[in-house]
Amino acid sequence: MNIHESAEVTREEFKKNTQHKRLKSLTNIGLVAPALSIYLTFSLWPLLNTFRLSLYQTTDSGDRKWVGINQYIELFGNPIWSDQFFNALTNNLQFFGIHVVVQNSIALFLAGLLALVSSRASTFYRGIFFIPTLISVVVVGFVWQLILSPIWGITPNLFDSLGLDHLFAPWLGLESSALITVGLISVWQNVGLPLLLFYSALIAIPQELIEASRLDGLGKWACFWRIKIPLILPTIGVVNILTFIGNFTLSFDLIYAIQGGLAGPSFSTDVMSTFLFRTFFGFQTQLGDHGMGATIATCTFLLILFVVGMYLLLIQRRLRIH
Amino acid sequence: MFRLPNLSVHFFLAVYAVIALLPFGIIVLNSFKTRSGIFGDPLSLPDPTTLSTAGYQTLFASTDFVLYIGNSTIITSVSLLFIIGLGACAAYGLLESKTTLSKWTWLLIIVGIMIPLRLGTVGLLELMKGLNLLNSLIGLICIYVAQGLPLAVFIYTEVFRRFPKELIASARMDGLGPAKTLFFIVMPLTRPTTATIAIFSLVPVWNDLWFPLIIAPDPNVRTLTLGVQQFIGQFTVDWQAVLAALSIAMAPAFAIYALISRNFIRNLSAGSIKG
Amino acid sequence: MFLTMNKIHKKILTIFLLTHALSDASIASDAEKQVAYDRPVVLTLESWRSEDAKIWNNEILPVFEALHPGIDVVFSPTKPTEYNAALNARLDGNTAGDLISCRPFDNSLELFHRGHLLDITQIDGMKHFSDVAKSAWSTDDGDATFCIPVASVLHGFFYNKNIFSKLDIDKPSTEAEFFDVLKKLDKASGLTPLAIGTKDQWEAATVGLNLVGPQYWEGENGRLGLINGSKAFTDPQFVEAFSVLERWRPYLSRGYQAQSYSDSQSLFLLERAAIYPGGSWEISGFQSEAEFPIGVFRAPVKSEGESCYISDHTDIGIAINSRTAHRNEAMLFAEWLTTQSFANLLTNKLPGFFALSDHPVTVDNPLAQEFLGLRTDCMSTIRLASQILSRGQPSLGNALWTLSAEVLNGTKSPLEAALDSQNIIEGQRK
Repeated sequence: MNIHESAEVTREEFKKNTQHKRLKSLTNIGLVAPALSIYLTFSLWPLLNTFRLSLYQTTDSGDRKWVGINQYIELFGNPIWSDQFFNALTNNLQFFGIHVVVQNSIALFLAGLLALVSSRASTFYRGIFFIPTLISVVVVGFVWQLILSPIWGITPNLFDSLGLDHLFAPWLGLESSALITVGLISVWQNVGLPLLLFYSALIAIPQELIEASRLDGLGKWACFWRIKIPLILPTIGVVNILTFIGNFTLSFDLIYAIQGGLAGPSFSTDVMSTFLFRTFFGFQTQLGDHGMGATIATCTFLLILFVVGMYLLLIQRRLRIH
Repeated sequence: MFRLPNLSVHFFLAVYAVIALLPFGIIVLNSFKTRSGIFGDPLSLPDPTTLSTAGYQTLFASTDFVLYIGNSTIITSVSLLFIIGLGACAAYGLLESKTTLSKWTWLLIIVGIMIPLRLGTVGLLELMKGLNLLNSLIGLICIYVAQGLPLAVFIYTEVFRRFPKELIASARMDGLGPAKTLFFIVMPLTRPTTATIAIFSLVPVWNDLWFPLIIAPDPNVRTLTLGVQQFIGQFTVDWQAVLAALSIAMAPAFAIYALISRNFIRNLSAGSIKG
Repeated sequence: MFLTMNKIHKKILTIFLLTHALSDASIASDAEKQVAYDRPVVLTLESWRSEDAKIWNNEILPVFEALHPGIDVVFSPTKPTEYNAALNARLDGNTAGDLISCRPFDNSLELFHRGHLLDITQIDGMKHFSDVAKSAWSTDDGDATFCIPVASVLHGFFYNKNIFSKLDIDKPSTEAEFFDVLKKLDKASGLTPLAIGTKDQWEAATVGLNLVGPQYWEGENGRLGLINGSKAFTDPQFVEAFSVLERWRPYLSRGYQAQSYSDSQSLFLLERAAIYPGGSWEISGFQSEAEFPIGVFRAPVKSEGESCYISDHTDIGIAINSRTAHRNEAMLFAEWLTTQSFANLLTNKLPGFFALSDHPVTVDNPLAQEFLGLRTDCMSTIRLASQILSRGQPSLGNALWTLSAEVLNGTKSPLEAALDSQNIIEGQRK
């Protein structure tokens, strides 16, 4: 083969390669495009639009009027709004605290136990623990309302028979205990997901490490604390972040189902998502306010962005090094 | 020495299993009692004097329960299908692409994990109005797919990245293009991952109260969650019907659990997610 | 590769078609309703009264349909707490019904201002309604009316006649007598005097404050005084209303803070409580469930001989959706709502709901008759915060829910509650 002929061959191959590459990129675009378009249309755009809408106010006749950052000034400057905002924020942080301390601890503990039993038993238990999560939040709310109801008598009778009658109180109706009670109900329902995540992480730990620790004389409990948990710290971090985001957005469903739109008693169970709903949708005699609702939504988003950003920058880095 | 530790482990697990299931048991138990049986002694089993199925009869005579279950099932299953399908495609395509643009696109999508879709509700309401998708199953499906894609793409990219390159190379040599490789080689071998994504995506869709309440409150397209809330309000004093309704509302969840656990959870161990 | 794409495409396409078909199916079922006879026009009537669906669909609407073959009307309710929000969403998306049940005052006024409701001032039958009746569904200046006033409800105390006669108790007339009765009931073991809780909050304001309050703020005198600014919530008569409410506390059941609306109803129906503060809307439910005779007494006056006031709440109106495709048929229905025949039908089929038109109506239900008797004896007044006072942020109506519940819970004093209310009113005036 002379130089020209081999050059021809190379040119042919080059053309084929380029064609092949183009086909490949087209395929790749084809693979990515549907997901990207749905995501942009129904997730990114509405969010950006909500931010935009926070700069407008709705008038009586339904039109929109540009007000710039007035609504933000209102939200933080006017006590009528700022009191509600900071009440909701504080409650939400307490709600999150309950979830981190109770829910994620229980999930971690149960996951640890599950890692010790046979695969069959583990599957069996995991299924059971996951059932509350699958049940509709309205059902969960109602069921627990009935169980805790002072009228229906299950909990009062139970406490009575244990001689603890004086400890019983209408927890869902008292400002001092309503938020914690709703928080615990939420924990009861949502243990399943963190449990699955922790469990997957635990069983991904190489057996050799565990056996090595056993040879070193560590019991199961010590092994759990000193070997397993440190190895799954990144997972714990991710779970906590997801819990944070969930508590600030998904908590609405349960609280609305149990305590109603006014998040009583005396707004003690009002969190950011219920505050948002009540503001932009209205409630009873209170008319909805889309502009202010968008403002609250934007603030919540910025808060989440800030916290997650901080976490990724400060903690996740340290954990990776660890 | 070996048995005792195992017993205590099982003890704790069993205790929590009871805590998880007892509330439901109480509801189902009492749904078969008369009103005086319900209020007189809630914790007892129904006996001949208190046994009654009146609640269930009222229920089936007067509600659209089957419709609500159907709506929820359609919305959830179709959403799951698209989340998994489109998510896997996008993850694979982005990995194959290796350009800077694809890296930034990947980042854009991943950011979505932290964007709670609900915060965009005001904008979503406008969008749905404009697209004429208010009160439609399709509208809800689009929202849930958009909501579930980021996590799906994230998990799939992690898993595909670690997929044995030899298998992909041999598929390439057999003449399979990227799409075929994805569907015939990669997906079947990453079933546990798909199962995980299915479970994580299923729950927020099935239980959602927010979007059906705001975007699709119409009776025709009502989901189970919204429907249950609705008719609890309808039968305020008819305790038997309320308890029967709650019991039935729980049934699909148990069915889903049975379905999923048999097919997928068994395989959910092969290191599908690493921290 | 393209073959594979086609297979997958096919699957996706099939699913898309399936879901389309399913949503079409729901439209088709509506269309099915139209296939009966000569394809009658179907009007949908939105409402929050889910409990009344059967009666409307089976007993009231068929009367209209018989008069106008060719028009079918379907009663389509939504849960009360979501009605306002869901209706607004439907109106925005143009999927709302042709006929819309109107909440009184500002909720519907806003809908009218946004152009969702037709102006029906000119309908001939409107002459049968008093200005008070129309006030809930007209613009502030009274020039335009946008809902046909349909029904009002009256507030009162339901009581268990058996328990009263067993304990030899008479219906109380004055405040002192009322609390004596409560004390007597309290002594009876296993019995709760008053069936009311604060978990759902609205009862404390609606059948708590607005039930006993009017006696102290003198009905319309007090209400209009608040509106025009000549009276303040911190005036003694309003504070006293809160104080009387606070005195109910020892007579409520244990754990009442977590007692919901349906809990209260159950307590009364299971005869575990003797008195139920409520309104005439409870009549059908109570009568079908209770196994004992029920009576009604009015809110007690402060002292013997004073005139009594009764909360006569313009509760339900019906409007025409401005974007309905069947304006003529909807108009016919609206006309029918102003007739004597409808007034009779409503008042008797839905005992406890009283037609707002001035047609004379005979009431069959004994409990409803007792309520009407109260209306004759006492002066009617509208719920305190319903008109104008609930505008702005926060709405006084909603705030009164929280405040009244707090007073009943003992977490706020009557004076504090009155102060908060007055601050809200003054905040609106700025």
